[in-house]
Amino acid sequence: MRNTSIDFKSQVTVKLADVKLQGALSRLQTRFVEGRSAVIGEIDDLPATRTAAAAIRDRVLNDLEHWLLHFEQQATARGAIVHWAETGEDVNRIVAEIAAQHGVKTAAKSKSMVSEECGLNDALELAGIKVMETDLGEYILQLAHEAPSHIVAPVVHKNKEEISDLFAEKHQLPRKTGIAELCREAREVLRPAFLNADMGISGANFLVAETGSVLIVTNEGNGRLVTTLPRVHVAITGIEKVVPTLEDVTTLVRLLPRSATGQSITNYVSVLTGTKDNADHDGPEHFHIILLDNGRSSLVGSEMQEMLRCIRCGACMNHCPVYQNIGGHAYGWVYPGPMGSILTPLLGGIEKSPDLPNASTLCGACAVVCPVKIPLPDLLRKLREKQMERGMKSRQETFMLKAWAWLALHPAIYALTTKIGVRFMSMLGGKDKLLHSLPGASGWTNGRDFPAPAGRTFREMYRQGKRK
Amino acid sequence: MNARDKILGRIRNAQARQRTPAQVETISSHLAQHPRGPLPPSPDDLVASFRERAIKLSSDVLEAKERMEVPALLARYLDESKLPMRGVCWPSLAELPWNAAGLEMQSRPATNQDLVGVTGAFCAIAETGTLMMLSGAETPATTSLLPETHVAVLDPRRIVATMEDAWDLMRMECKQPPRAVNFISGPSRTADIEQTVTLGAHGPYRVLLILAPF
Repeated sequence: MRNTSIDFKSQVTVKLADVKLQGALSRLQTRFVEGRSAVIGEIDDLPATRTAAAAIRDRVLNDLEHWLLHFEQQATARGAIVHWAETGEDVNRIVAEIAAQHGVKTAAKSKSMVSEECGLNDALELAGIKVMETDLGEYILQLAHEAPSHIVAPVVHKNKEEISDLFAEKHQLPRKTGIAELCREAREVLRPAFLNADMGISGANFLVAETGSVLIVTNEGNGRLVTTLPRVHVAITGIEKVVPTLEDVTTLVRLLPRSATGQSITNYVSVLTGTKDNADHDGPEHFHIILLDNGRSSLVGSEMQEMLRCIRCGACMNHCPVYQNIGGHAYGWVYPGPMGSILTPLLGGIEKSPDLPNASTLCGACAVVCPVKIPLPDLLRKLREKQMERGMKSRQETFMLKAWAWLALHPAIYALTTKIGVRFMSMLGGKDKLLHSLPGASGWTNGRDFPAPAGRTFREMYRQGKRK
Repeated sequence: MNARDKILGRIRNAQARQRTPAQVETISSHLAQHPRGPLPPSPDDLVASFRERAIKLSSDVLEAKERMEVPALLARYLDESKLPMRGVCWPSLAELPWNAAGLEMQSRPATNQDLVGVTGAFCAIAETGTLMMLSGAETPATTSLLPETHVAVLDPRRIVATMEDAWDLMRMECKQPPRAVNFISGPSRTADIEQTVTLGAHGPYRVLLILAPF
């Protein structure tokens, strides 16, 4: 998928003014934020479970080569073929080669964010393979030629009426208005795609090193269908998704759906190991697992390594006041919200996403809900430091920061300057005690007023003993 | 150098250290011991807890005094739900008195035309009201997937507390994991349209669990 995060600011302006989008985003609050808080308490000792989950991810990341090799060995022993891809284009090429090797004409696909990184569908269409997205949300997006705007609920930006219109137009059937009817229609349209597909394509939520298995969590059952019916199964995932044992992955599965959709468990948790036995009636004859790097290995051993713990639950974006107001498309690539604001610059290049590390109030909500305890605000701050080091900040911002640093190192001048400053600003605030414009900060005051200071500095008040 | 060597090489250089024998030992002992993480408290009554959780996730639950009662219970359920009185079942259930209960049950894997699929289960998990299914020649995965109604006949003595217990049971009874282990928790669902939960996405619309001692 093309990275357009360079246009973040102009996208934000568009998204904030989009009334339909704003209505759609308000549903995140009830369904995901309240949903999570209703079930996360089912976990007996949440702090201990989060600590254990972070430790499981760190155990792998600190010895990633070993665990990847162990996974590869176990998966291969059960008849799977493991491929390694440096870039998204490599993934596309490998999938096309597998398709050619097995005479594949059609593929049914369950949701995979890694395949969105690669732009797999377009590449396969070019290679003459018909690809059908089968996750309801991804199917809707495929019909509408749009990108997902959330990693768990890809079509959160669309309302029911838009989907009704889309189905009526694309399916050439009478327009349905009820959500249950729309789901039924999609089921009936897609069932033949599962039955006729030569190849099933899925992602992997986790790879289990102990058994060489691919684990996927799904609700709709399409993940089970694409990994059961077609004769070839290709699973595509990132190199960081390895987990040591079945017990370890169970701890993570206890946290993932609760953090993601407020479910105690997803309808289906499938652990897939190797190919079908001769006597089996179902299951793929060929099982290919593609491990994608795409910049991930550059984070290993770096100060950003904690980002690789991510299990893609989406809790950070659901709870982010920035995401809640602009939605996912404004971020310009596959991963939105706080985790995306870190991953997009790290995987795609810091220079290409100058605004993303700053698209956060650092309120810390994301770090509080992250099931694997990624210090997201700290990582955002580190990225801002990198931007400063590389001279990516505007001359004005650099000057302001330097001036402030100088002042902070000279307490007497600092006291005097602030004393004058707050009196002046208090005066400007007038009767309503609000500043409607500030020189050099119009980006802030264009959208809202700045509350005028009280007229005296904290230090003055403190000296007078008014400790309020 | 191929992609595999390049990726693994970059990781090795970044971590830039040789593993000491002690570290290798920790890795292999972690695999051998596969320690458990923090667990929920074990319920006093596994069956009651399983029932409660399964119903919460929209499964229907019935209890039979013995296996022979299952066909009659299922016949009543299908009749009341206005569902077809015929379906397919796993070979292990072929001997139950289906005909006597007015049901036409064929012992074969499900196809797209079958509307009712009757399976057993390897075991079940009380923590989340979940079935654990192991794929195999005698336990086809399609039976719990293609039909609109999935019926699972489960021995209540095979209900364990947690998924960790279920893995232990699998390690004890099977030499390796089968091609597919499927954990099933209620009917398939989607909330992709306006985050409104709708039952029956691509898998079954309803899941009936019949607890019956073997």
